[in-house]
Amino acid sequence: MLTALHRQTKTQIVLGLLIGIAFGFLLQKSGVTSYSVVIGQLLLTDFTVLKMMLSAVMVGMIGFHLLKRMGLVQLHVATGSVGSSLTGGIIFGLGFALLGYCPGTVAGAVGQGALDALFGGFLGMLIGAGLFARIYPVLNSGILHKGEFPAKTLPQLLQVNEWLVIIPVVALVAGFLLLLEYLGL
Amino acid sequence: MLDYVTQVSWSPYIAGAGIGILACLCFLLSDRPLGCSTGYVKISGLIERTIRQDMVERNEYYHVIRPAIDWQLVIVPGIIIGAFLSALLSGSFQLVWVPALWGDTFGYSPALRIIVAVTGGILLETGARWAGGCTSGHGISGTLQLSCASIVAAVCFFIGGIAMAVLLFRIIGL
Repeated sequence: MLTALHRQTKTQIVLGLLIGIAFGFLLQKSGVTSYSVVIGQLLLTDFTVLKMMLSAVMVGMIGFHLLKRMGLVQLHVATGSVGSSLTGGIIFGLGFALLGYCPGTVAGAVGQGALDALFGGFLGMLIGAGLFARIYPVLNSGILHKGEFPAKTLPQLLQVNEWLVIIPVVALVAGFLLLLEYLGL
Repeated sequence: MLDYVTQVSWSPYIAGAGIGILACLCFLLSDRPLGCSTGYVKISGLIERTIRQDMVERNEYYHVIRPAIDWQLVIVPGIIIGAFLSALLSGSFQLVWVPALWGDTFGYSPALRIIVAVTGGILLETGARWAGGCTSGHGISGTLQLSCASIVAAVCFFIGGIAMAVLLFRIIGL
């Protein structure tokens, strides 16, 4: 691993900014920073969001595991739970549809001039962060650890070599995307 | 090449593949997943520290996620700059208060749209921190690592999202 680079705090800030700029550029170009595209996905009439995300997951999954094999990257996964992943996921989803952007695309929408993203979404996100910091001690001593999952990753759960999961998952995702195109969605 | 940069939009598959490569670069160069909901906690903590320093110093969560200008914070302004550049180059930058889809269904009052957007933002960031990640942290970076927590969270993002979108646009706004 590039440990020396990881330790250079100032270089990392520059890298974070550059990665953010590239991320924002790609998000905007893919169309997912538009309110109508996000809501279209949630109403299942426009599949741009899923096409973009699943394409990223397929490429990233193969790339990440190749890099991991070469010893250049390590896993960054947490143990999930019903109380954390499922409950938090549903709360997130409700906000996702009310706002029409997600935490990354709301910043992207601000960049393309969406004022509801700046004065509504961005402000709400900062209030939400402050609110969560206040309720965190109570959640952390209770619901966040309720029903913890038995394993961190699918290969660990199934106790098989990771490529035996990656190959079928990539094939399934590719098949799903081909089906979307076939159906004209 | 220049034509490509000035296009209004790219195929979501091409942009998605680029984001997949970017996620790998994040792990390689910065040893962390590409994600952004943590940045809002840091910004919120820094703002609040100027008003109520003792609260931020005592709070347990701000010990887990330290309010500081670092990698996880600068990614948020980075996204704004990147999207601004993309929109500017394609000539699609436009100041809009109310998105057309919302306006056609619920009217073009900025006040109503802002109130709903603030509420959505509060739920979105609360849910992201509750689940430990957002559409990029869980949906892309976690899922590509085959993380069980991320796959469950990402599916729930869409279950909750579809339910609320259907309620808004197929029941209330009909």
